[in-house]
Amino acid sequence: MLESLHSLNLLADEERVDGADKVSGKSKYTAEHIIPNIAYGLFVCSTIAKGTIKKLDTSKALAAPGVLDVIYYENCPSVPGYISDAALRPKNTSEWKGFKVLYDNQVRFFGQPIALLLADSLENANAALRLVKAEYEVAPFETDFNKARLDATKLTNTQVYKRGKEKMCKEAPFFVEGEYSIPIEVHNPMEMHATIAVWEGDDKLTVYDKSQGPKSTQFTISRTFGIPDKNVRIIVENVGGAFGNALRSWLHVPAACIAAKKLNRPVKVLLTRPQMFTLVGYRPHSWQKIGVGADATGKLLGISHEAISNTSRYEDFKEGIVNVSKFLYSCENVDTKYSLLPLDVSTPTWMRGPGEATGSFGLETALDELAHKLKMDPIELRIKNFSEINQENKMPFSTNFLKDCYQYGIDKIGWKNRSMIPGKVKENGWLVGYGMAVGVFGANKGSASVRAVFNKDGSLVLESAVSDMGPGTPTAMTKIAASVLQMSAQKIKFKLGDSDLPPGPTQGGSGTTSSLGSAVDLICNNIIKELKKLAIQFAPSFKAITEDTIEIKNDLVQSKIGTEKISLQELFQLAGKSNIDLTVTSTGNGAQPLKYATNSFSAHFVKVLVHPQKGTIDIQHIVSTGDAGKIISENTARSQMLGGVVGGIGMAMSEQVEWDHTSGQIINASFGGYQVPRHKNIPNTDVWFVNKPDPYINSIGAKGLGEIAYIGLASAISNALFNATGKRVRDLPITPQKLGFKASS
Amino acid sequence: MKRCYQGDSRRSFLVKSSAALAFYLTPSLLAKAVNVSTVIPQPIAKEKLKITINNKVLDLEIDPRTSLLNLLREQLGFTGTKKGCEMGQCGACIVHVDGKKTNSCISLALSNNNKSITTVEGLAKGEELHPMQKAFLKHDSFQCGYCTSGQIMSAIACVREGHTKSRNEIKDFMSGNICRCGAYQNIVDAITEVATSKQKI
Repeated sequence: MLESLHSLNLLADEERVDGADKVSGKSKYTAEHIIPNIAYGLFVCSTIAKGTIKKLDTSKALAAPGVLDVIYYENCPSVPGYISDAALRPKNTSEWKGFKVLYDNQVRFFGQPIALLLADSLENANAALRLVKAEYEVAPFETDFNKARLDATKLTNTQVYKRGKEKMCKEAPFFVEGEYSIPIEVHNPMEMHATIAVWEGDDKLTVYDKSQGPKSTQFTISRTFGIPDKNVRIIVENVGGAFGNALRSWLHVPAACIAAKKLNRPVKVLLTRPQMFTLVGYRPHSWQKIGVGADATGKLLGISHEAISNTSRYEDFKEGIVNVSKFLYSCENVDTKYSLLPLDVSTPTWMRGPGEATGSFGLETALDELAHKLKMDPIELRIKNFSEINQENKMPFSTNFLKDCYQYGIDKIGWKNRSMIPGKVKENGWLVGYGMAVGVFGANKGSASVRAVFNKDGSLVLESAVSDMGPGTPTAMTKIAASVLQMSAQKIKFKLGDSDLPPGPTQGGSGTTSSLGSAVDLICNNIIKELKKLAIQFAPSFKAITEDTIEIKNDLVQSKIGTEKISLQELFQLAGKSNIDLTVTSTGNGAQPLKYATNSFSAHFVKVLVHPQKGTIDIQHIVSTGDAGKIISENTARSQMLGGVVGGIGMAMSEQVEWDHTSGQIINASFGGYQVPRHKNIPNTDVWFVNKPDPYINSIGAKGLGEIAYIGLASAISNALFNATGKRVRDLPITPQKLGFKASS
Repeated sequence: MKRCYQGDSRRSFLVKSSAALAFYLTPSLLAKAVNVSTVIPQPIAKEKLKITINNKVLDLEIDPRTSLLNLLREQLGFTGTKKGCEMGQCGACIVHVDGKKTNSCISLALSNNNKSITTVEGLAKGEELHPMQKAFLKHDSFQCGYCTSGQIMSAIACVREGHTKSRNEIKDFMSGNICRCGAYQNIVDAITEVATSKQKI
């Protein structure tokens, strides 16, 4: 059953519950756990893109001071989960998904780990790395997406979708078509990945890991090494950002476990910043061709959306690039086609906003182009094609307050100053442009378990095996609990980051608040019920009172209509209890047929200035609006939206992995080469939420907002730049040169 | 007016100099190029270092190859100072060395002999947070918290050195500190508040 929405009277916002620790440097991140006798593990990486290692000479490295071992394909202990043949694999194991590190002599991408060097100090490990010598037999390779995608025979996994008449957009009186491309972008959270593995016996293991899902990491490791789940403990106290790249366990995780076992000593494997570009996923390179057609009134007659994104040669990775085109706007004729292009590179993964952010850059820009052709306001075009239902599955949206978002954005950004003709508006001699775009992402509720221990002193401990990469999950959960129980947040402790706790959801896909928040709401309401029962059973003055007239407030159980009251302390004493200890599981919405399509929405508005001669781009103001249902913690929700804006600016303006295709390697794998937004690139940004609860998704009315903060932002910037200059850039990142200005010296 | 995206001359430079950059980014390749691989490092004698950390004088014997950052994090347990790139490009590792903000990842520990280091752990007075820490808390100037120590150390330097006449001046000064979660606006809000409060920090 879907839980029904009840009114959640949220208390006032407070500072992050873990904030004081974070500003004091007390919060521990994975690599920072102090383990006695730790060995340091660093990867030796391939210097070719593809081929075979003929010989790996480790003798010099092994002779260097402090070096404990060099593990590679010839001396790597066997790993049950590395065995592909299920018949040969031990019971209770699953095949390791992804790259099998230290397993064979094949090189599949440039920078692939070919050995793990272990030493007693970081200094000794670093000094010995270069002494490992590989001799290769080089094989032909392909890393050039733009070149390879032109050969249709190289495309795989093609999926097509059709509704109504195919390519109908081309027959429409008003038709635009464009090709859009986005280079590889890398999550690059500030904390680099690390794993510490500590074996406490032959089949018992503690792993400190950077992970968005302690339970999924536990499962992966237990199945890979063939040990019981309960013998694998994952600790993730804090995650220093991830944006999707800690959704799965990458190759360094089993490497640390293998090494710790071989050495019979705790091992800490650290990735470097350059390795963060190749070993922990990235947003794939993509190419899209989008056609949209409408009649003279702006009614959409057809959408055609074709996409190709890269994957590795050893794994398929597919995401929702063409999804939004299928369901957001009212349109009878839609066709999509999505293919993968395997290259000799490492495997991509979900990066914030994932495929939807990629696809929306194309679709939302195409709509802007169509509006221009129609001589129609782009917001009007979107309102004209607004849909109350999900066009793909035909279910009504549970809530869709996009029109409220438009109204707020129009006023706040000063949309009335926008000219329909590009390049017409000037301020102090600079060209002024306004643009907007929409974001949408599935709002989900997954299964989540939580334990609550409510003590007689009125303190509450909540526990769930989740991790928090930054949005502020412990803060939001504490606020829900404090609001339901009408108690001080100071008396609540939310424990997370340990797989021994009740199973919580993986933090990803904007689902944590919805999933875990529902479980916290449920368990707190169960505590109230329990307290009421105890009062009626054990407190003499409550004998004749019914449960519905009792309330819990500020450490008191009291009658709402009479004068009866009892302190928690007294009640627990009368009942002979020291606490109430409950565990609940809130089921996911996938468990039963849905009647509604649940989605979060956003609309982003951008004002840019462009220097008419030099082409210097100044993003001056951004207004980011979101329909994410009820906002639980306004403070942290606002921060998440601000973060999405920063990410979107990076996507639009600067982020791009650059390649040397003659060697097949990335040439800008550092913060010096790969430009992420910095303080000076960020304009004044306003955030606004509709903040209306969704009555169907869960009991708290929250939909989720991690992705919609980001999705659409790049297109809004691109559209504003078109409005300023009349030049349309369809391949990211946008530069003054691509806008037609000469390179500045 | 701030000029954000001046063009891609840097980008084209990178493409042109790809080979040189590849050497830089790939230690083993570099090793091959300059042929140092035949030299096996000999055990390295430890050297003495006298260093003050958060007002505590320490007499240490360390591997001379140790960076100030690795000394703090791996040997002394001051893990509040963060490692984000080890190339001096992100600001996560910033500490104060004799009051001056310094990227500790590219500072050899030994070059700080007889110097005084302040890390994020040294800012609070007992339980009482430093005004900049309080302002970061109040303005929610972080999400994941990983860049926060470096941002706070830079923010204090920003105010002390008087680069707070405008939001743009603050942004320019702070642009060596990357925040990937994107808390920039809230960080500038926190710095502005501390700067305008005129309290001595």
